[in-house]
Amino acid sequence: MDKLRLVVVGNGMVGQRLLANLVAADLHNKWSITVLAEEGRYAYDRVHLSEFFSGKSADELALTDDEFFAASGIDIKLGEPAQTIDRLARTVTSASGATYAYDKLVLATGSYPFVPPVPGNDRAACLVYRTIDDLEQIYAAGRDSRRGVVVGGGLLGLEAANALKQMGLETHVVEFAPRLMAIQVDEAGGAVLRQKIEALGVSVHTSRNTTEIVDGTEHRHAMRFADGASLEADLIVFSAGIRPRDDIARACGLGIGQRGGICIDDHCRTSDEDIYAIGECALWNGRIYGLVAPGYQMAEVVVSHLRGGDATFTGADMSTKLKLLGVDVASIGDAQGATPGALSWAYRNEADGIYKRIIVSSDRKHLLGAVLIGDAEDYGTLLQYSLNAIELPPHPDDLILPQRGESSAKGLGVDALPDSAQICSCNNVCKGQLIAAVDEGAMTLGDLKKATRAATTCGGCTVLVGQILNRELEKRGVEVSRDICEHFPFTRQDLYLIVRAEKIQSFDDLIARHGRGRGCDICKPAVASILASCWNDNVLAPSHAKLQDTNDRYLANMQKNGTYSVVPRVPGGEITPEKLIVLGEVARKYSLYTKITGGQRVDLFGARLEHLPDIWRELIDAGFESGHAYAKALRTVKSCVGSTWCRYGVQDSVSMAIKLENRYKGLRSPHKTKMAVSGCTRECAEAQSKDVGVIATEKGWNLYVCGNGGMKPRHADLLASDLDDDTLVRYIDRFFMFYIRTADRLQRTSTWMDNLEGGLEYLKDVIINDRLGICAELENEMLAVIDTYQCEWRVAVENEERMKHFRNYVNASTPDKTIRFVEERGQVRPARPEEDAVTP
Amino acid sequence: MNLCQSPIAMTTETRWHDICPIEELQDDLGLCALLDDAPVAVFRPGGQDRIFAIGNIDPFSRASVLSRGITGDLKGRLVVASPVYKQHFDLATGDCVEDATVSVPVYPVRISGNILQVGTNN
Ligand code: SRM
Ligand SMILES: Cc1cc2nc3c(=O)[nH]c(=O)nc-3n(C[C@H](O)[C@H](O)[C@H](O)COP(=O)(O)OP(=O)(O)OC[C@H]3O[C@@H](n4cnc5c(N)ncnc54)[C@H](O)[C@@H]3O)c2cc1C
Ligand code: SF4
Ligand code: FES
Repeated sequence: MDKLRLVVVGNGMVGQRLLANLVAADLHNKWSITVLAEEGRYAYDRVHLSEFFSGKSADELALTDDEFFAASGIDIKLGEPAQTIDRLARTVTSASGATYAYDKLVLATGSYPFVPPVPGNDRAACLVYRTIDDLEQIYAAGRDSRRGVVVGGGLLGLEAANALKQMGLETHVVEFAPRLMAIQVDEAGGAVLRQKIEALGVSVHTSRNTTEIVDGTEHRHAMRFADGASLEADLIVFSAGIRPRDDIARACGLGIGQRGGICIDDHCRTSDEDIYAIGECALWNGRIYGLVAPGYQMAEVVVSHLRGGDATFTGADMSTKLKLLGVDVASIGDAQGATPGALSWAYRNEADGIYKRIIVSSDRKHLLGAVLIGDAEDYGTLLQYSLNAIELPPHPDDLILPQRGESSAKGLGVDALPDSAQICSCNNVCKGQLIAAVDEGAMTLGDLKKATRAATTCGGCTVLVGQILNRELEKRGVEVSRDICEHFPFTRQDLYLIVRAEKIQSFDDLIARHGRGRGCDICKPAVASILASCWNDNVLAPSHAKLQDTNDRYLANMQKNGTYSVVPRVPGGEITPEKLIVLGEVARKYSLYTKITGGQRVDLFGARLEHLPDIWRELIDAGFESGHAYAKALRTVKSCVGSTWCRYGVQDSVSMAIKLENRYKGLRSPHKTKMAVSGCTRECAEAQSKDVGVIATEKGWNLYVCGNGGMKPRHADLLASDLDDDTLVRYIDRFFMFYIRTADRLQRTSTWMDNLEGGLEYLKDVIINDRLGICAELENEMLAVIDTYQCEWRVAVENEERMKHFRNYVNASTPDKTIRFVEERGQVRPARPEEDAVTP
Repeated sequence: MNLCQSPIAMTTETRWHDICPIEELQDDLGLCALLDDAPVAVFRPGGQDRIFAIGNIDPFSRASVLSRGITGDLKGRLVVASPVYKQHFDLATGDCVEDATVSVPVYPVRISGNILQVGTNN
């Protein structure tokens, strides 16, 4: 029999999620699926659209690719919007006139930005903010503009304002209502928000009703307001709300809400049994959800219904937490206090721009809503109170008052959460599931993650999951500590997720929020390394320098006598005669012991602290860069000479080694990493003893991972074969970032692999098949590191403040007399204790 | 800021040596100074109003490097970790946390004008 035909209209975020769910449920084999998409590109991440202005490309925002459609057999027609639906014939006709028959039809047409009907709203450089095309237009118009105005001071408006600021425009926000974010925050909160946003250099005009837009004198346009005022602008972005795209549904007679939106029932069916509507175009129970998560739930409901299941959509929570223009803003439930009899408590701190308000039921037992501005740290706890109707403490205001001193910790005791409390919203894991996993033997956060998938996506719930784990283990009388040290009740992996999820930028912030005491030589360098892996700030930046081990602090390896070694990078081991000569000259000038290392480069030993800057200035002038021999980072990429010279070589291993070394240089990781590239299976570069080894084949490259020399040698495992250059690099990006995300402190890739549950097969599944759905994220994280690479030594020598750290004594310029050398085989070496006695 | 609560005996014999303007000593970044012939490590642990001075020579490696170690606290004691073999030294007493038989000298500290001074007794 012929397959049933499913037509999907719209390939936005929700439409794409629907397709992914169909494939996951194997329905793509039972249905013949066609997608009509208006936009000329595959679905992309609209939620992160604004990152387009901070450098994300359209490709990076993409939610899917050719491969998905090729593998699933789903037929997608890009740039071909549906125009009419014939419900009797059960066909959809597209703008190009083609007709598609359906047995079931899903409308996922999203919404469009509302543009107030004022004369002049269609002038050039009057734009909206919804699609990548829109952003490209804004970007183009921004280039010859000086002043930009956003019409609309809601969530999206403020995001658009941020984008204009990033483009360097003088930015204004014009809002019709008397305050910003009128839907989410109350009046006092709006005032604090306004103050913060103005402090960032964005001018805010509230209670302004635009009546027309005409030619300006200083700028392209002049906006006239009802109160007689006016404002000139070169670029205007409308962000005055969204309206559901219900046009084609309306035209074919489907039920439509009074104020728009395609009416759906709990199964997401429209008034026609064979037509579903999901996402922002759908109206459920009189509501349109302008967030993506409810749309995702609807997509799940439709897939269930198509399979004969009975999942229903039952509404969604609209609480949100965001960072707008760098200001934390969150709103929960009834943020306006609209519930009859509701009581409220507010905390307002004008000095720091913080406003918090909670709305409580008249019997003071339950949290109905909250608004947090400037400090949204309590969001998670408050959300749990409100979602799970947990009884409030006797003084509800304790929940929002600042904590000073260590006493009355206000975190919600995890015992107070019911088993049904949703802990991880990304993966829909409730507390009961976590407890069940502990009952089945989970002892660590890692075990829990594997068993439940909690805390594996955004990481925002890691702290809570960790608390539940500890509490459950405690109850069972188990004492387990994989804490990194006495200052943090977390493992390195936990800290990594916390740093990423909460965007923590400094050790002081991390320890204030999640640790105790001052830190030590275990947690400080570990956190420094995590911060560097995540944000790639310079390790000697003022807030980071004090965290570094002496090697990182002075960007050189300390030797037994307090001198340092200098190891410039020699990518792939290839070096010009000129550079070799410079190394010799510098070594001679500063009396350094010179040795060829096991990593195919040259190490210069015995440098005095105060000489390091001069030595490096000379090396940098000759074109050298830091070799990171001092860091837990990529060391070397060894190469063999390969096909360029060697009669057996099948690929150019030197070029590949240089390319890889330049790509990953500076990448901080839980332990050092090493790589090698061999030009054929004779393996002269010993790639199979490296963390990442690459061996040329006739068809491309074999990729080996998790090899190690060192104390306990381990041969690397073959991860993938015959890769082309791009795939090779992509897999290595993913591999490194996954290791950085999940390894313990000072755990080489070899021991990491030996402790990885599921071992090599699991790793292949994650890296090659994207089992965790994180590969795009891993690649992006890697790109961020690569894009921010700077030679640390170059940065250091250009910074006078930092150069001060290289004084041996602050109060004297005499050389350190405790350093003594003797000569051996024509070079210096540190004097031994017995030789020390000999005064020079 | 009261910096002179140093437990170290100050006698009339104490000679004060100028080290550097106080603002050059950053939180948790030790500095090394030379007093006569003795290298001294000076620290100001973060969030503390106190400055500490101890001998700079690491007794285990004999290298003059303690100022380059990481500061922190261990069970409430303020310490610096030697950058060579990682033993910890109590900033207030100079005692080695891992080996009670080993210690480094401690020195009194004061601020005169805005100049940080370390004292020696002889
Ligand atoms: C210089 C060099 C020896 C040489 O003269 O050839 C060297 C020297 C040091 N090695 Fe190495 N290793 C050197 C190649 C190796 C190799 C060979 C290789 O990379 O092909 C290995 C075995 C391969 C491996 O790592 O899997 C090697 C395995 C180690 C280990 C053991 C690691 C392990 O996982 O067990 C350590 C200890 C550690 O890192 O914790 C170590 C640590 C060190 C340290 C950093 C010890 C220290 O903390 O002071 C040495 C300081 C170097 C300096 O001051 O500049 N070195 N070390 C080599 C530098 C290579 C380079 O250009 O960067
Ligand atoms: C800048 C910005 C920031 C946002 N931030 C957040 C946030 O932080 N959190 C959050 O939850 N939500 C956020 N959202 C909202 C979120 O993006 C939407 O909820 C989500 O995209 C809705 O998905 P959808 O598939 O219903 O609609 P869309 O993603 O808009 O997709 C609809 C698609 O259907 C196409 N289409 C329409 N009509 C037709 C037709 N007749 N034929 C063919 N194709 C058609 C459209 O061109 C579009 O590609 C943000 C939105 C924007 C614009
Ligand atoms: S690995 Fe192969 S290509 Fe490379 S040097 Fe050895 S024999 Fe030649
Ligand atoms: S909420 Fe659990 S990973 Fe995002």
